[in-house]
Amino acid sequence: MRLVHWLIMSVLVAVAWASFGYLSLDLGRLFDKEALAQMAKYAISFFPPDLSADYLVRIWRGTLETIAISAIGTVMAAVLGVVLALPAAGRFGAVPRVAARLVLNFLRSIPELVWAALMVMAAGLGPFAGTLGLAWHTAGVIGRLFAETLENASPEPAQALRLSGSRPSIAFLYGTMPNVVPQLIAYSLYRWEINIRMAAILGVVGAGGLGQMLYFSLSLFQQPQAMTVILAMLALVVIVDGASAWLRQRLAG
Amino acid sequence: MKLDLERVSLEYPNGFRAINHVSCGIGRGERVAIIGPSGAGKTTLLRLLATALRPTAGTLTVLGADPWRASRGELRRLRGRIGMVHQAPPIPPRQRVVTAVLAGRLGQWPVWRSLASLVYPLDMPGAERMLARMEIADKLFKRCDQLSGGQLQRVGVARVLYQQPDLILTDEPVSAVDPALSDRIIGELNREAIERGVTLVASLHAVDLALHWFPRVIGVKGGEIAFDLPPVRISDAMLRELYASEMAQVPTQDYQPFETMVPGVRRKPVYF
Amino acid sequence: MAHADSALQPRDPAALPRLALTVLVLALLWPGFSLTEFDPAVLIDVRSRETMGKFVSTFFPLETSPGFLQLVARSTLETLAIATAGTVLAMLLAAPFALVITRSLSISRIGPGPGYWLGRILRLPARFAMMFFRSIPEIVWALLFVRAVGLGPAAGVLAIGVTYGGMLGKVYSEILESNDARPAAALLETGSGRTAAFFYGLWPVALPELVSYTVYRWECAVRASVIMGFVGAGGLGLQMELSMRMLNGGEISTILLVFLLLVMLADAVSAILRKVTA
Repeated sequence: MRLVHWLIMSVLVAVAWASFGYLSLDLGRLFDKEALAQMAKYAISFFPPDLSADYLVRIWRGTLETIAISAIGTVMAAVLGVVLALPAAGRFGAVPRVAARLVLNFLRSIPELVWAALMVMAAGLGPFAGTLGLAWHTAGVIGRLFAETLENASPEPAQALRLSGSRPSIAFLYGTMPNVVPQLIAYSLYRWEINIRMAAILGVVGAGGLGQMLYFSLSLFQQPQAMTVILAMLALVVIVDGASAWLRQRLAG
Repeated sequence: MKLDLERVSLEYPNGFRAINHVSCGIGRGERVAIIGPSGAGKTTLLRLLATALRPTAGTLTVLGADPWRASRGELRRLRGRIGMVHQAPPIPPRQRVVTAVLAGRLGQWPVWRSLASLVYPLDMPGAERMLARMEIADKLFKRCDQLSGGQLQRVGVARVLYQQPDLILTDEPVSAVDPALSDRIIGELNREAIERGVTLVASLHAVDLALHWFPRVIGVKGGEIAFDLPPVRISDAMLRELYASEMAQVPTQDYQPFETMVPGVRRKPVYF
Repeated sequence: MAHADSALQPRDPAALPRLALTVLVLALLWPGFSLTEFDPAVLIDVRSRETMGKFVSTFFPLETSPGFLQLVARSTLETLAIATAGTVLAMLLAAPFALVITRSLSISRIGPGPGYWLGRILRLPARFAMMFFRSIPEIVWALLFVRAVGLGPAAGVLAIGVTYGGMLGKVYSEILESNDARPAAALLETGSGRTAAFFYGLWPVALPELVSYTVYRWECAVRASVIMGFVGAGGLGLQMELSMRMLNGGEISTILLVFLLLVMLADAVSAILRKVTA
């Protein structure tokens, strides 16, 4: 057993070495005096961050835009996710189930950033592309989860209602939905929290919000401004983490 | 005949015959109890009447129509006239009592009304009335997972009462309920059947309840009808034979031995 | 029987809170629509549906010319190399940190000795540094490194190294701290030195968990490398970004397909490795 372990270890070390070689990365050169001095100079140019009132207002707008992107994107994703989850849970037969699941898998396999870049191609630069990008990816995630919840939901309440003459769709709303809606809402809120972080960085491909501000300021060699954006991103994450922890405590109590 | 089974059989794919060539007729306004050991086919029979199961042989007529020859719309309308009280109420736990009760008329309401009632309950006095008959009117806006088992069962009954069906079916509605409450529930169902002149078919676990409340008792054993008689004509021996395979005792609601009940009283059905 | 009720209709106690909540949510979302430059016409307008259709059709057929496929293959290898090298760098960064903070703890658990105070002093700034590294999103690091060392895979390797170094550092120290110190203590009792006790007593117990998490991180690194390529850090991502700039849908489709396959492959390799080293 130990021999196998050593073999694997050696293979992994060899692979790691090969990677560096393939990239012609001479770590030594990367970290030599000159390169380090250059990096240090670049790093120092970020301080002090630009905290002027004017710029802070723009940062504020960027933050609001980021939050809006995440909120609207998550809402759109929830709607699309629910729509796709119904066939994916087998409510309309076997063929729609396979098709819907394929679509959902496709949506969630492509990372948000790639979706955002594609949407920039389609809808142009700006926050709308970011919103759409988030929506597509998150729809796949939410839809898949919701389909599983639906499939595991107990069928008795809806069946009993159909037996007393209710239409199938109404029986679904009265009998199955009450069991699954709380979970759907909770998961959507959880994804929104993740998406706020995502929305902040989607902008680097031109999809609005703080990310876009960061990209522009870096491209224009405005390091102090870029530093402010980075600080704003960090602050946003900390506040959102704190707020969600507080909310969770209050709701659980 | 309102309800007619003509040589009806139900055979499961694995070959097990739950109902074997049963013929039976139940008229409008009749109150019938079905008793028998577990596995005898009481639930299957009831589910056949509820149009939940399709017979594999024979003809079934419910409320004057053959449900399996009817169109989808006709079947839906037929089912709207059938109300079933389940042993365990199939109500989502987080649903509120008022919505659960009002759901009884979903088969009769147009789509817009069903949707609207989901947002804001449209007939709260109606639901309250039914709950009052079950003595839990104060639970109108409570969530169903905040109720005890007995209270939840009463909500299930209230829902059927609200539906105002032409055929009331109950599948062991009180086997998980204490004797005093079970008496009130069976009593209320009988009252409803008599006042509105509708048919009541109740599958019951407790023989004493069946003999006390119903003028006609059908004993089912092994998927066939063992006897179909008014209580006065049912002897102790017949009952013991009916339950012979299952246990030594004939089951009662309060688990008191069947024989200790006063002979004359238990056989006299209650008329209002 | 009950007659018609008096005028006293019960009021739904849940109605008002529900309404208030709905209004609140709508009020919060409404400005969002203008902030995100939401354009429902894009989704509903017939004309834009045609444009959408045309847009989607540009992604087919996939670009399969040998020259392009060769390019994609090279980029894929580059991405894998970036992910692997980046993870190695992260390990190199995380290991000393983990040792610094754990050694002090474990040694103190096993018994007092030299190196304790040095570890204690370094602990807080090391923790802070790791947190800083992993709180900044990896793509921001990638952007910064691209500016600092130029376009290409070096920026990607450094970005992964730094971000994942922070993550690995934290998790390594958690794993080491939470593992059973008794084998190490036993070795001490039979007379071995403190360092030996650590490396022969504690380390082997924690190793499977450490390896498992590192392999999982490598899998994440593969995905991250592609994404970082978008901002110029080499590999498949850079290739996709170039194709996007050229508006070449067929090429994008091919690269997307290869990306999906790559992720599946990395997932499988990671699962196998973790099973074997468990």
